[in-house]
Amino acid sequence: MQPDSSRRPALEVTVLVSVGRHPVTGRARRADQDARGVELAKSLPNAEIGLLHAGRLSECDEPALRSYLGMGFAELSLLEQPEGADVVPAVAEALEASSSQLVITGERAEQGEGSGLMPYLLAERLGWPLVTSLAAVESVENGQATLLQALPRGQRRRLKVRLPALLTVDGSAPAPRQSAYGPARRGQFDSVPGSVCDDEPWSQWQVQPARKRPKRLKIVKATSPRDRFKAAAAKSEGGGGQVLTDVTPQEGAEAIFKLLREEEVLR
Amino acid sequence: MLDTLLPILIFAALVVAAIGAWRRSRLWRQGRPARVDLIKGLAAMPRRYLVDLHHVVERDKVMSHTHVATAGGFVAAALLMILVHGLGLAEGVLGWLLLLASTSMFVGSLFVARRRRNPPARLSRGPWMRLPKSLMAFSVSVFIITLPSVGLLPEGLLTGAVGTLFALILAALVTWGLAEMLVGMGWGGPMKHAFAGALHLAFHRRPERFSTRDGGEGRSTGLKALDLNDPDATLGVEKPSDFTWNQLLGFDACVQCGRCEAVCPAFAAGQPLNPKKLIQDMVVGLAGGSDAEYTGSPYPDRPVGEHHGTPHGPIVARDGKALVDSETLWSCTTCRACVEECPMMIEHVDAIVDMRRFLTLEQGETPGKGAEVLDNLIATDNPGGFDPGARMHWAADLELPLMSQRGEAEVLLWLGDGAYDMRNQRTLRAFIKVMRAAGVDFAVLGDEERDSGDVARRLGDEATFQSLARRNIATLSQYRFERIVTCDPHSFHVLGNEYTELGGDYHVSHHSTFIGELYDAGRLAFRPWKGGRVTYHDPCYLGRYNGEFEAPRHVLRALGIEVAEMQRSGFRSRCCGGGGGAPITDIPGKQRIPDMRMGDVQETGADMVAVGCPQCTAMLEGVVDSSADVRDIAELVADALVHETPAATGGASADAPSLAKEVA
Repeated sequence: MQPDSSRRPALEVTVLVSVGRHPVTGRARRADQDARGVELAKSLPNAEIGLLHAGRLSECDEPALRSYLGMGFAELSLLEQPEGADVVPAVAEALEASSSQLVITGERAEQGEGSGLMPYLLAERLGWPLVTSLAAVESVENGQATLLQALPRGQRRRLKVRLPALLTVDGSAPAPRQSAYGPARRGQFDSVPGSVCDDEPWSQWQVQPARKRPKRLKIVKATSPRDRFKAAAAKSEGGGGQVLTDVTPQEGAEAIFKLLREEEVLR
Repeated sequence: MLDTLLPILIFAALVVAAIGAWRRSRLWRQGRPARVDLIKGLAAMPRRYLVDLHHVVERDKVMSHTHVATAGGFVAAALLMILVHGLGLAEGVLGWLLLLASTSMFVGSLFVARRRRNPPARLSRGPWMRLPKSLMAFSVSVFIITLPSVGLLPEGLLTGAVGTLFALILAALVTWGLAEMLVGMGWGGPMKHAFAGALHLAFHRRPERFSTRDGGEGRSTGLKALDLNDPDATLGVEKPSDFTWNQLLGFDACVQCGRCEAVCPAFAAGQPLNPKKLIQDMVVGLAGGSDAEYTGSPYPDRPVGEHHGTPHGPIVARDGKALVDSETLWSCTTCRACVEECPMMIEHVDAIVDMRRFLTLEQGETPGKGAEVLDNLIATDNPGGFDPGARMHWAADLELPLMSQRGEAEVLLWLGDGAYDMRNQRTLRAFIKVMRAAGVDFAVLGDEERDSGDVARRLGDEATFQSLARRNIATLSQYRFERIVTCDPHSFHVLGNEYTELGGDYHVSHHSTFIGELYDAGRLAFRPWKGGRVTYHDPCYLGRYNGEFEAPRHVLRALGIEVAEMQRSGFRSRCCGGGGGAPITDIPGKQRIPDMRMGDVQETGADMVAVGCPQCTAMLEGVVDSSADVRDIAELVADALVHETPAATGGASADAPSLAKEVA
């Protein structure tokens, strides 16, 4: 510990956690990305971490939520929301009411709508900067955080962000620690009522299991192990792609539309 | 002079010893409460000592005789000495008996001295090196002071200048002997083992492991369930005082003979575990202090003197060092070789799992792939994280009868997680071929089966074990069957011994036992063995845990195989390294345990090793450049089947079994 850490006020961090769904069995579990967010928060020195979940405490979800507590927390704030509610307004209000400087969450929920839009909507509503694919928080000083953002193929980009900020993590963040049964069982849920906003369109949607998307076959014509390795490690070929810069939204949309036609996504 | 001095010395020694004993017992009572029938235990103690303990000691004949002479001589001499010299009752036969007892003790102490001249590495040195001298001081001095009492020497001999000097020397020797033999018992000398050991036998936490007068081998190997009902209780053992008091007492009974160290596979592999040192560390913990005074072999590559602890301090430090390092606890394969060899009946494995429980359940620090395996068990009911719906894919062509369709069968075949493993699938297919050849009415649970919970429990995750166990018990309770047969000794042990406490009582057999019974009933016929030399590797969970040494050998004999036994076989079989989650936690050592076991196989000159456990198969087959093939007993039997089975089994043929016939 740094000697001045006790004098400096603790950095307040809120991690938004959701109930995940195991990809093989579909059982409720801690969502992998959210758990990585918790792990990232735990790695911050001098941080006061709060866990926030918006939803209801049902019998099948409780073990999943408790497994966040098992990562070393005494309590989890539960923003009570009915099934199918739009949680963005309630979460935004709760965050505004708190003095959190950093809010960390997973990129996309493992069940429900799972659109991945929640962080964006939240950041828009709060007027906070949003950083996606966070790999590490390097330092937090004078109301400014130095962050490491993960880019494809192991690249990293260092960013400086003014607090308060919203950060999302994906699979490139450090793996979450084991959840211990004892603390998970002893942890408490701190229920706070939140304003309820019904999600009209959502209630009219029809939900069905997704079809497995066909995978494009990569035909490897390699004769030697070295070639096979190169083929496996090669970047996916960009081929006929194009980079559009300084175009109007109209031109951009037309380019996307044209591509979708060509790929026969739209007929 | 001696006549007045001796009673004072004797009774002073007794008083000081009693104070020491009381202080020592206060140390044990720091532990958690445990329900023990004190009176019954004390009544059973002589038998436990003379029969069960001696049964273990007798494996080393010389030491056994040495101990009988020395300890028997001492106990008799001490009691008689109180009568003869303490109370002055030398008349009659008592004095002569005392002479006899002290002679016996002296002869024993000569053998103790001989052993201490060049002690093997497994023995502790330090205070133990002076023990033969103390034994001699006691026996010789008692012998000499008794001579005048029976009239063999004139009473006046010890008067005069020379006589007084001689008397003083004798008195000093007696004092030394009493100090070591009586006072040392309670105050922590080498003789502590006699005092703590006797009480440990009486108040043992597994009274059922001792034999009884009406027969019965006495075997108790299942781990005891952890009470998960109290949400505020610390789960597992964090501090020495979290052990039950009789566990602490058990640690204190250790004689540091190092038999455990000699058989421990992790110690031999250079992993940081030595069962003897672990028990001594617990003794350090219960009394408080550092391990600097330990005089035996250390944990491989961990110098002595860096660890310290207190009864109410942590055993494993989160950072830095405390009493033991967590790697020590995770090196154990739970093979029970140490428990089997321990002449003091100490339960090393229980203690290790108790401490692992704390690390996993309270701290979430299962090392290696442990956390991943436990997460998989929670989410998918198997350690590999495979789809539970894919459990029967390997048997797609076998048309196995499912319990969910049949409702009942004579035999429930428990597949185990080996169903997901391509190597073990060969074993399972072979065993099913055998059962069909014998016309056995069997069914499987199919996708309803879950992991038995063995790995979760050995990794300390009692919560996941109990969850799996309860769900398996609920599934099993829906169906009617006479017995469970499994190819996996770990499932065998857990289903047979550890589900009982949670309400599941089953008759479980290992497949080798079952094949043996089928053969004896004439339902199987084998063509003569044409292969080479074969040895057999006893799986720990079949042999030491469940006492099944004979059935696999019986089957091999029936196949016409003459087993070339390894030096370490039967109850002394060396572990393959696959138990207790050891391959998952994967603590590094200097060599691999399965490599050493394959070395044992090579010594027999066998070109095939027969096994009966999926773990052993995986571990032994993982040995590079091995000289022997690894085959499960079921595979050997399936290969040797003669198709026309002699018995009237309804003519079910081995190759094309008709489901309709079997159901009928």
